[in-house]
Amino acid sequence: MKNKEFILNNQGGLHARPCSQLVSLASKFTSKIVVTLNGKEVNAKSVLGLMTIGSKEGDILQVTTEGPDELEAMEKLIEFFANL
Amino acid sequence: MSVTLIGIPASMGIAIANAYTLCNPVLNVVKKEVTDTEIELSRFLKAVDQAKSELEEIQEKALHSMGQDKASIFAAHVLVLNDPELIDPIKASIIDEKVNAEFALSETSRVFINLFEQMDNEYMKERAADIRDVTNRILARLMGVVVPNLSTISEEVILIADDLTPSDTVQLNPRFVLGFATNVGGRTSHSAIMARSLEIPAVVGTRTVLQSVGNGTLVIIDGLEGKVIVDPTAEVVAHYRRKQEVYLAQREEWARLVDRETRTQDGSRVELVANIGTPSDIAGVINNGGEGVGLFRTEFLYMGRNQLPTEEEQFQAYKAVLESMKDKPVVVRTLDIGGDKELPYLNLPKEMNPFLGFRAIRICLDQQEIFRSQLRALLRASVSGNLKIMFPMIATLNEYLQAKRIYLEEKERLILQGVQVSSDIEIGIMVEIPSTAIMADVFAPFVDFFSIGTNDLVQYTLSADRMNERVSYLYQPFNPAILRLIDHVIKAAHQHGKWVGMCGEMAGDPLAIPLLLAFGLDEFSMSASSILPARSQLSRLSREETAKNRELILSFHTTEEVLAFLRNTFGL
Repeated sequence: MKNKEFILNNQGGLHARPCSQLVSLASKFTSKIVVTLNGKEVNAKSVLGLMTIGSKEGDILQVTTEGPDELEAMEKLIEFFANL
Repeated sequence: MSVTLIGIPASMGIAIANAYTLCNPVLNVVKKEVTDTEIELSRFLKAVDQAKSELEEIQEKALHSMGQDKASIFAAHVLVLNDPELIDPIKASIIDEKVNAEFALSETSRVFINLFEQMDNEYMKERAADIRDVTNRILARLMGVVVPNLSTISEEVILIADDLTPSDTVQLNPRFVLGFATNVGGRTSHSAIMARSLEIPAVVGTRTVLQSVGNGTLVIIDGLEGKVIVDPTAEVVAHYRRKQEVYLAQREEWARLVDRETRTQDGSRVELVANIGTPSDIAGVINNGGEGVGLFRTEFLYMGRNQLPTEEEQFQAYKAVLESMKDKPVVVRTLDIGGDKELPYLNLPKEMNPFLGFRAIRICLDQQEIFRSQLRALLRASVSGNLKIMFPMIATLNEYLQAKRIYLEEKERLILQGVQVSSDIEIGIMVEIPSTAIMADVFAPFVDFFSIGTNDLVQYTLSADRMNERVSYLYQPFNPAILRLIDHVIKAAHQHGKWVGMCGEMAGDPLAIPLLLAFGLDEFSMSASSILPARSQLSRLSREETAKNRELILSFHTTEEVLAFLRNTFGL
């Protein structure tokens, strides 16, 4: 299992476009990917789930990947959050 | 019988055509017990697939007619259709509870719709409409109901509906749908956003338009004032055709002025810049031909959070704005917050009189680490563009000198650390407190520029709160006292070779512009949407001729005389 924290650097946090992009990215992997914010856990492959955690700029997200491609998934996620 | 309905203006312009009333089929969901859950499940999944194909088709269409940004809304809809948090509970419901797909779908989606509608965030509330749109599409497939296809409209009409979903608006061909009006919605609903993007006039939130208009009736949409006129008389139609012509001619003129620098009729240069609140406002500045930013409010970095912004966060925000404006000037105002704003982490005392209290530069000079952090972030970002800094709420020369000293200390420190810092950052002050306006000649040698903040200057000078209905009549920007202060500030600055800008609302007021030009104001900073009208107005004013009015204007004793003179002389 891989675990990492990311700071949301963009205005509006995870709204429409980044949200969709994250879901599309996460759905490519077989691993389970979970995003946690302020104690709330959601499935990163669920666009509805991600939108409901109500993220905003400056929030710190905890992301875990678990499964056969957990390493690759985490690497791509690091890239994703860096380019937000 | 002609009827006029009032709504919220969602998109500018005038449209005149026959109504096309959109009656979306009511999808009544009835709970039914299901015996063969396998069949029901596959019926559900088939409907989802069909909805998906439909959406992908619409997305393609949207990509061509509206571009990537708008088309991505539909990509998001497809993701919702694939969302395990939506689909799995519905499947489980069908199998475990043995209910029909329609019921399972509407129950599950209702949970999400409610969740989004409860959110504080306007943007999130609007997303509830997206979910409804997607689930209705599946529902229509399940129930074998045909959803009206707006893309088949092939004559000029005005669309009348209860509401327009994202998939509705993407099918609108602006060649035929000249405008629309809806019962529900506000300025930020997706329908309004789509209207502005399609550049067709629209009025939303009328509450009753769908019930008030028969299909085929002549309708006028006034997207400028938020009116819908049903079955207008020939006179009214003629009036609106003229209004439409004027509006279109104006828009054309403004489009031509976007890249043009602001010049008066006699060729004199004036700087027209914008007031912004966040980096995302920059697009609007560039699209409206702004020549820079005259006021970058930095409070957004401090509000709506539970701790101070880090130097790094601030640096990124300032850098982003400076980079997008390239070599155009960006005047950043340092922290201008006070006891009336919610900043729980600063532990500011509750004050009897927050506007005369511990705020802005006073906080910065007292809790210097906050100030120094902001200054460092600005200094570091300065190499990314054309930065100017101004201090708000300066009341005395000593405050300014102290602030400037702190700035220079931080600048020194960074240079010694080997950090790149721009060598020509102009430092100025907001002129909003009367003492400073009066002492402008004393300040002038020490500052690089002044920016007159009329919103507060007027309130402090006439001692009246513009939000207090009892005394708001005393909020008089054209009061001779204010005019004398403005004139004095500009004269004092010019005598010392410094420039003067104005970032209060007055700068964008068409009635004030000739006056300010006459007084010699160098820079006008306003909301982005006022820039093109101002540029147009200034191009028709001669600086030399207008300046001849200065003495007369300054001789008036009352606001009324000033206003009457301006209206008569400049035909406003």
